[in-house]
Amino acid sequence: MSALLEVSGVSVSFDGFKAINNLSFSIGEAELRAIIGPNGAGKTTFMDIVTGKTKPDEGKVLWGELSRNLLKMRESKIAQAGLGRKFQRPTVFEDQSVFDNLLMALKNPRGAFACLFYRPTRADRARVGELAEEVGLAAFLSRTSGELSHGQKQWLEIGMLLAQEPRLMLVDEPAAGMTLAEREHTTDLLVSLARTRAVVVVEHDMEFVRRLGCKVTVLHEGSVLAEGSIDHVTADPRVIEVYLGR
Amino acid sequence: MRQSFIARNPSVLIFLACLAVFTLAVTLMSHALGAEMISTSFIKTLGRTLCLCLVAIAMDLVWGYCGILSLGHFAFFGLGGYMIGMWLMYARTEIIVAESLANAAIPPTPDEVRDAIGSQIFGVVGSSDFPAIWAFAHSLPLQLALVVLVPGLLALVFGWLAFRSRVTGVYLSILTQAMTLALSLYLFQNESGLRGNNGLSGLQNLPGVEAGQDWISLWFLWASALALGLGYVLCAWVVSGKFGSVVRGIRDDEARVRFLGYSVEGYKLFIFTFTAIIAAVAGALYYPQAGIINPGEVAPIASIYLAVWVAIGGRGRLYGAVIGAAVVSLVSTWFTGGMVPSIPLGVYTVDWVDWWLVLLGLSFVLVTLFAPKGIGGLVDLVSARVAPDRHGADYGPDKGALREEEGRK
Repeated sequence: MSALLEVSGVSVSFDGFKAINNLSFSIGEAELRAIIGPNGAGKTTFMDIVTGKTKPDEGKVLWGELSRNLLKMRESKIAQAGLGRKFQRPTVFEDQSVFDNLLMALKNPRGAFACLFYRPTRADRARVGELAEEVGLAAFLSRTSGELSHGQKQWLEIGMLLAQEPRLMLVDEPAAGMTLAEREHTTDLLVSLARTRAVVVVEHDMEFVRRLGCKVTVLHEGSVLAEGSIDHVTADPRVIEVYLGR
Repeated sequence: MRQSFIARNPSVLIFLACLAVFTLAVTLMSHALGAEMISTSFIKTLGRTLCLCLVAIAMDLVWGYCGILSLGHFAFFGLGGYMIGMWLMYARTEIIVAESLANAAIPPTPDEVRDAIGSQIFGVVGSSDFPAIWAFAHSLPLQLALVVLVPGLLALVFGWLAFRSRVTGVYLSILTQAMTLALSLYLFQNESGLRGNNGLSGLQNLPGVEAGQDWISLWFLWASALALGLGYVLCAWVVSGKFGSVVRGIRDDEARVRFLGYSVEGYKLFIFTFTAIIAAVAGALYYPQAGIINPGEVAPIASIYLAVWVAIGGRGRLYGAVIGAAVVSLVSTWFTGGMVPSIPLGVYTVDWVDWWLVLLGLSFVLVTLFAPKGIGGLVDLVSARVAPDRHGADYGPDKGALREEEGRK
C-alpha cells in the first residue's frame, strides 16, 4: 500500500524541550486513524508540523504519489495540496455568515485576483446547500456564525473541512462539547469519510475512539509508543502505565 | 440568496446620494455662480475634506477590514501630492519664464529655457540644475502615471518585505511609522531634489488656465467628489464578495485563513498596495487645493491622525471612515482656525488652538473605551442592528480582530 502521508524521523524542540522525538508515522490513501496520548504527548505539535505551522529540526514529511516534501511548502500551499485541518476549539469566521464561511472554504482558485472577480456559480451554491444540509445547518445559512452554539460551530467547521475536499483530514478532538447524539453522528460521518480519503482523528476520549473501530497510534513524549487495533494498544502494559492508568 | 451589488450594500446608494446633494448644494452657494454664500477658501477646505475622506476609506480598508494597522498611509498621500506638484510647478514656471524671455533680443534656445526654469524652481535651495527625478515633470500624462506608480511601487516593495517576514500587529505599525518618518526626513534634505523644507508651492495655480480661483476651487471640489464617489464604490465592491470574506477572515484569524489554503501574504500585499494607490490619488487632488506641500505633510503624526479619524468614525464600515474624517478634520479646522472663543478662567485662559489636540486625544480615548463603533455606530440605532452577546470575546484571536463592541448585525 502506498502511503499518502509519510512522516519519518521527525524531531522538534522548543527551548530545549523535545516536543517531538524521532517520530515516524504513515497513513494510506483511504484510511481512518486515531491518535491518542496524554497531554504534552505532542499531538498538536505533530499536526502543526504536518500542516506547515511548525518547522521541525530534523526529519522528513512526504506527501502523495510524487512524494512532495511538505517541509518546503507554505501553509497555504500545503492546504491547497489537499491537507485539511480542523482545530480543537471551533475556529470559524464569527463575523461572517454560515454561507460565507462555507463559500470561503469551497474548493476554488485561491488567488487574490481570482477571488476578487469570483461570483458564486449555481453549482457552488448548490454545493454549499448540500454541505449545510449534511452538517445540519441548512436553516442557518444566512445567520452570522458567531451566533451559533458551540456544537453548531463544530459542525460548521467540519462542513468547511468537507468543502475543501481534502485528501487528508486532520481532525482535532471533533467530539469535544458535543451531545451524545451529535457524537454518534460525528462517528458515522468520520467513518464514511474515511472510505474515500485519509482521516486522522486526534482524541482524548477512549470510548469515542473505540467506536471509530480503526487503527490507533499512541503518542507519548513525542514519539510513537504503540500502534495497532484499539484492543491491542489498550492491552499494552506501557500504554496502560502512561495513559490509561491515570 | 442571489442579490445585486446595490441590494447587498444599500449604504453605497445612500452615500452617493448624500455626496451628490452636498456637491450640488456647495456649487449653488459658491462665488463662481454668484451666490456668494460660501467663500472660495471654504470651498477649498471642503474639497480638501473630501480628499481626506477618500484616504480615510483607504485606511479603513487596510485597518478596519484587513486588520493591518498601517501608520504610514499619509506617506503615500504625500507622495501623490508631490508627483502632481512637480508638474504643476514646472508647467507654471515654464509659462512665467517664457513670458520673461519673450522680449529678449535673441530667441532663447530650449536649453536656456530649461535652465531658466531650473533656477526659478531651485533657486531657494541654491541650485539651478534639474535633479534626475524631475525628468518627466514637463509631461502631465507621465507625471499622472507617477502619481499611481511611485506610491504603488513603494507600498509593493515595503509590503512584500514586511508581510513576507510575517511582521504583524504593533511591530508592523512601528515599521510603517519608520517608513513615513524616513521619507519625511529624506524629503527635508535639499539633496532630495524636491526643494527640501520649502516643499513645492504655488500649486493652486493651474498652468494655462485663465479662470479665477473661484472656478478652479469648484472644479477641484467636483473632481474630489467624483474621486470619493468612485473610490467608495470600488472599495465597497472589493470588500463585498468572497475577497472581502477572506480579507475580514485575515483580520480576525489569519492562521485559519492560511489553513484554508489562502496565501495571507498575497492578500495583505494586495490590500496594502491598493489602498496606497487610493491614498496617492487622494493626495494628488488634495495638494493643488492646499496650494503647498512640504515634507512636514508626511510626518509620522499625519498617519496617526488618519487612524484616529477612522477610529472615531467607526472601523470596518466605509461610511464610518468618511464620517470620521469629515467631522474630525472640519472640527479641527474650526478649532485651530481661531473661530472658537477662548474660555477665560481667571488665572488661565483656555485657548482652543492649543487645547484642541487635548480635546481630540480625549475624544479618541473616550470613543475607544465607550463607543468602539464610533460615530458610524449611530446608524445601527436606526437600522436596529443587534450585536450578538459574545461575553467579552473578540471575533478572532488576532490583534486586529473585530472586538465584541464593534460587532455587526
